[in-house]
Amino acid sequence: MIMMKARLQAVAGRIGQIGLTLGALLATHAALAVNDLPGGPGVNQLDLHAPVTQIAADQRWLHYFMLVICTVIFLGVFGVMFYSIFKHRKSNGAKPANFHESTTVEIIWTIVPFIIVILMALPATKTVVAMKDTSAADVTIKATGIQWKWGYDYLTGEGEGIGFVSTLDVSQREQSDSGKPAPVDNYLLKVDNPLVVPVDKKIRIITTASDVIHAFMVPAFGIKQDAIPGFVRDTWFRAEKVGDYYGQCAELCGKEHAYMPIHVKVLSQADYTKWVDGKKKEMAALADDPAKVWTLPDLQARGEKVYAANCAACHLASGKGGGPIKALDADPVVLDADKSKQIHVVLNGQNNGAMPSWKQLSDTELAAVITFTKNNWSNKTGQIVQPSEVAAARK
Amino acid sequence: MSAVIDHPGHAPGHDHAHDDHEHGAPHGWRRWLYATNHKDIGTMYLLFSFTMLMVGGVLALLIRAELFQPGLQFVNPQMFNQFTTMHGLIMVFGAIMPAFVGFANWMIPMQIGAADMAFARMNNFSFWLLIPAAIMLVGSFFMPGGAPAAGWTLYAPLTLQMGPSMDAGIFAMHIMGASSIMGSINIIVTILNMRAPGMTLMKMPLFCWTWLITAYLLIAVMPVLAGAITMTLTDRHFGTHFFNPAGGGDPVMYQHIFWFFGHPEVYIMILPAFGIVSAIIPAFARKRLFGYTSMVYATASIAILSFIVWAHHMFTTGMPVTGQLFFMYATMLIAVPTGVKVFNWIATMWRGSMTFETPMLFAVGFLFVFTMGGFTGLILAMAPIDIQLQDTYYVVAHFHYVLVAGSLYALFAGVYYWGPKWTGVMYNETRGKIHFWGSLIAFNVTFFPMHFLGLAGMPRRYADYPMQFADFNMVASIGAFWFGLMQVYFFFWVVVPMMRGKGEPAPQRPWEGAEGLEWELPSPAPFHTFETPPKLNANATKIVA
Repeated sequence: MIMMKARLQAVAGRIGQIGLTLGALLATHAALAVNDLPGGPGVNQLDLHAPVTQIAADQRWLHYFMLVICTVIFLGVFGVMFYSIFKHRKSNGAKPANFHESTTVEIIWTIVPFIIVILMALPATKTVVAMKDTSAADVTIKATGIQWKWGYDYLTGEGEGIGFVSTLDVSQREQSDSGKPAPVDNYLLKVDNPLVVPVDKKIRIITTASDVIHAFMVPAFGIKQDAIPGFVRDTWFRAEKVGDYYGQCAELCGKEHAYMPIHVKVLSQADYTKWVDGKKKEMAALADDPAKVWTLPDLQARGEKVYAANCAACHLASGKGGGPIKALDADPVVLDADKSKQIHVVLNGQNNGAMPSWKQLSDTELAAVITFTKNNWSNKTGQIVQPSEVAAARK
Repeated sequence: MSAVIDHPGHAPGHDHAHDDHEHGAPHGWRRWLYATNHKDIGTMYLLFSFTMLMVGGVLALLIRAELFQPGLQFVNPQMFNQFTTMHGLIMVFGAIMPAFVGFANWMIPMQIGAADMAFARMNNFSFWLLIPAAIMLVGSFFMPGGAPAAGWTLYAPLTLQMGPSMDAGIFAMHIMGASSIMGSINIIVTILNMRAPGMTLMKMPLFCWTWLITAYLLIAVMPVLAGAITMTLTDRHFGTHFFNPAGGGDPVMYQHIFWFFGHPEVYIMILPAFGIVSAIIPAFARKRLFGYTSMVYATASIAILSFIVWAHHMFTTGMPVTGQLFFMYATMLIAVPTGVKVFNWIATMWRGSMTFETPMLFAVGFLFVFTMGGFTGLILAMAPIDIQLQDTYYVVAHFHYVLVAGSLYALFAGVYYWGPKWTGVMYNETRGKIHFWGSLIAFNVTFFPMHFLGLAGMPRRYADYPMQFADFNMVASIGAFWFGLMQVYFFFWVVVPMMRGKGEPAPQRPWEGAEGLEWELPSPAPFHTFETPPKLNANATKIVA
């Protein structure tokens, strides 16, 4: 009993403390100003996103339609229940009636809900058929879910041949780890390379994945489509307004599931054409000559960028890793004089994909990042891995 | 004497305790380890499930603590995924399912006038299997790489990336599945063969009916789950490629198999709850259950329909249009028999003479809040809306409305309703009411805002989220801690005093309107009951002579 009392007091004390912390947190919270993100979530948003496609508008209408019907039924049914609760209580002197079955009533309240359900399903059917019609697209883009980023390849239509990878802003990922992220409107939604599409054009998105299942979701367009490794699936949208629209991966895909956002930039036709031209020139310029022989400092500098964009999420900027994630700093494979060992791991992955395969990066990028890890932190091997060596290992 | 903890001479008026000297309860640890008595085994099931509820609850609170604010304050994302996965697995397989089996053990023999369960030793085995399973499941946190982190649905191919704890989890679920199947066989055989003369099937209490149907569901689908996780196991270790796309396997096939188990599983967790509520509402309305026959048919229809709706969990995998339409229609159809049940309960209350002791409060609370979960289920069944809401917090809100406010509230209602029969003492009514109102408000504070988060597009299983979602997450976290504290209160201030025999001695029939054979027995129910089949009155609710 005494122990119980002591424990109670301790608990009460702790509740007091939590209360104080809560108050302080709420106060600081109010001071931080976060605004609605146009095309993304609003502050304390209560409803679906403002629709930018016909499908999303239909979905919102259907939701309102269901909400109204359900609310009316809810009020009716529970109106009766609460009336009964207040009226037919023993303390009011209610005497129990003796009825306990009626086939007529049972038939009525089976048939009527059945009819209501059919009425609900009819408008939904139309939308399902429309959602599934991915034919006659103006632009087809393949979205590949990769742990934990999105790869976009423009397959047909204007922009054909463009391809790039879209990753969460590294500083936002670090902010998340810090536990005190700065209150910015696009927190966890800012990417390096947004997906760019023209307005008022039918865009078909083909989804697939290279490791586990991801899901490509953009609420403002009313689309969500799983990206399944080894399979292709598709969905489509026709954005009616120029602007920036945001979504996130919607299928649990491992550790960094919360950190692979989707940013779609909808441009006017003229701007889109300009973007395609610019992107094509940029890609031509960026295309590395795989035969080029690099110097150590140049390759290291390039590798540092590749590392930050691809490796730091798990292995950390310090190269120390953590938990099941291997440290690269002072790792025997990294330090090994036989360069092919590390090339093999980076190309093929390890531990059932816990360390994924990085085949999708170019020979130059892989050579750069391997050279970087071999010559950074306490690793001072002086070894250089040239793109040609990676190219040879790929075969 | 069958009170949960031995307390010799605890209360006056329990002379019957001396009646069963010949077949008295064994003493000490042997009573529990070698238990073959349905009441003892029921008690162990209930205590086990409450323990798991607490373990799963702590995980839930760790999740809510991390989500209290944007940013990662306590755990890394991998650890967060372990928490969500284990919270789900523990609550489904460790807390809710065994709790209903505990109720079945206690109540089915007493309600049908049987001496015990049909297979007493298998009953013992099916309980004690749960202990190593639970140890293996919870112990997986301490294995290299931590606990499984692929979500409770264990979708391939993410499961192929998991560490050795995944295998421990799979074995634990195999064992729990075996335990469930044994429990189901026992329940079916007991109900079909051991009813007292005069207790025809259509006179049986609805709790027995709902469990009979549930037991068939379990036997039908637990092997399907076992198949799915066994294939995962062989994919991981023995070079098969059932679900591994790298070898030509199909990850979507896993989802089909899993949900063919998973959807009936949902009804496995709710049908016995319907049975409990169908016992309580007539008792406190002092009026017979309205539409008994249609209740039985509705339960059976729900069970049958539950086999043809599984792919509504998979609308975003990219099914053909006909597939989406079929599963949408079939799912919406389930609203019809479920609606019939709700209407029957309300018709039972109509023009009754109601009082609102704690069991009735929980039953009405169940009806009110569970129906909200039913409506969000109907909304989610619409494929176009589901495309927006799939894998968001809206789904999290929906299934907690039906699983917590549904199954768990019915379990609480049952504990308050039959607890006096089990322990021989009344619970404290004020504390019961505090538990009810505290839980009801805290539950809605926790889960109602999640509808908004889901509509606004916050995906589930996220360790961190955009700033715009911060306020609702904070509210949900506060509600969750409050809800957790209410359950600790329930255990220490309601359950423990009852188990220790502290409180008013319970009369044989503590509820004025309660009907059924269990109320023909003294409180606490003697260790052995109905050793010879009782002679029943015309509607099989009373013992004559």
